[in-house]
Amino acid sequence: MENKSIVSIANYTKEKIQYLLDMATEFEANPNRKLLEGKVVATLFFEPSTRTRLSFETAANRLGARVIGFSDPKATSSSKGETLKDTIKMVSNYADVIIMRHYLEGAAQYASEVTNVPIINAGDGSNLHPSQTMLDLYSIYKTQGTLENLNIYMVGDLKYGRTIHSLLMSMQKYNPTFTFIAPKELEMPEEYKLYCKENNVKYIERQDFDEDTITDCDILYMTRVQRERFSDLMEYERVKNAYILKANMLGKCKPNMKILHPLPRVNEIEYDVDDSIHAYYFQQAQNGLYAREALICDVLGITLEDIKKYGTK
Amino acid sequence: MVAALENGSVIDHIPTDKLFTIVQLLQLDKFKNEVIIANNLDSKVMQKKGLVKISEKFFTEDEISQLAVVCPKIKLTVIRNYKVVEKREINLPETLINIVKCANPVCITNNEPMRTYFNIHNATRTAKCRYCGKEQSLDNIKLK
Repeated sequence: MENKSIVSIANYTKEKIQYLLDMATEFEANPNRKLLEGKVVATLFFEPSTRTRLSFETAANRLGARVIGFSDPKATSSSKGETLKDTIKMVSNYADVIIMRHYLEGAAQYASEVTNVPIINAGDGSNLHPSQTMLDLYSIYKTQGTLENLNIYMVGDLKYGRTIHSLLMSMQKYNPTFTFIAPKELEMPEEYKLYCKENNVKYIERQDFDEDTITDCDILYMTRVQRERFSDLMEYERVKNAYILKANMLGKCKPNMKILHPLPRVNEIEYDVDDSIHAYYFQQAQNGLYAREALICDVLGITLEDIKKYGTK
Repeated sequence: MVAALENGSVIDHIPTDKLFTIVQLLQLDKFKNEVIIANNLDSKVMQKKGLVKISEKFFTEDEISQLAVVCPKIKLTVIRNYKVVEKREINLPETLINIVKCANPVCITNNEPMRTYFNIHNATRTAKCRYCGKEQSLDNIKLK
């Protein structure tokens, strides 16, 4: 079944991305546009994710929609053994759009095949998380004025970081230069390095992380190095403090450099960094609201023109 | 030694170590008509080969796809009325629908009653799951 679902944005053209960025810009100027009055948005969270759910539900509410759904699958029929297909079919009778988070990879793709109601993937296992990618792109675009020709540093867990991989694939079209900084155990997987080579994307790999390594950086994308990712705990003990960003490392940075982080952080960005002009992770989370308003409108066929027109009412 | 087939199929050029996989896959042990299974036959192309002749059996496209996954480049001959009506090398299709299983335990296809769907990359002999996106080698793949 063909519909306007958003399962992945990795294959979106530059024009499509720009269109969504322009939508998000409109929503940042005025997030309260009741374009979805009378519509029902379902948020189905088969795996809890408070941050993503609140962001999507706020987006829906600010667009004037009503929200139904669940945040804990224990309270639903899926815990009684109902298939995903049946749950989606049932909810499709009620809602105009379904926003779903699932712990299984490929769940969103499958859901989009069994219903005519558009699905927005709010994360499927460690596979894809397009709304996170969209808000990352918006944050980069907003702070740098462009997505083209940027030096993007990715730091920490590059092996399991879903947001890192999605961002890498989405930035590929904009001639970036990537620097991957990670401990050996968590370095960028071969398949993504191959992806860079196949698409002529420049990248450098290194393991050191200090004031001098980040001097030409435009975007510093930090992630958490998690203890449970290590098979060798001695290795974890050795590297756990090597990828922590401290305020005194920012002295030689370019003035436009911004620090992003998908949050939640634990200790990989010290609190004294929060006051720096380079810190951007909280605004980044706020940008999630505008990016998600854009995505919800797009799947429901509401255009940039419609959004602009509403603003002048 | 072996009478000619009146109606049925011949699978030729089977690698000797794959012969019994094919026998198992086609469930020839349960087959009631005449079946001839031969192995380690001399072959100009591959030195030694296996061969299966099955009377009154005509393969569906799904069965042919399964055979192609297990061993590429086998030859299928279809016989009707003692005459060869079709002879072709079996190649991998571009997609495998509900033929093989995804190796990723947290893929949706291993947790829902649904069909699997793989895109095949012939040059590298890899299959990419349409759902979870994981790639796997066809040489280690499990049939569904």
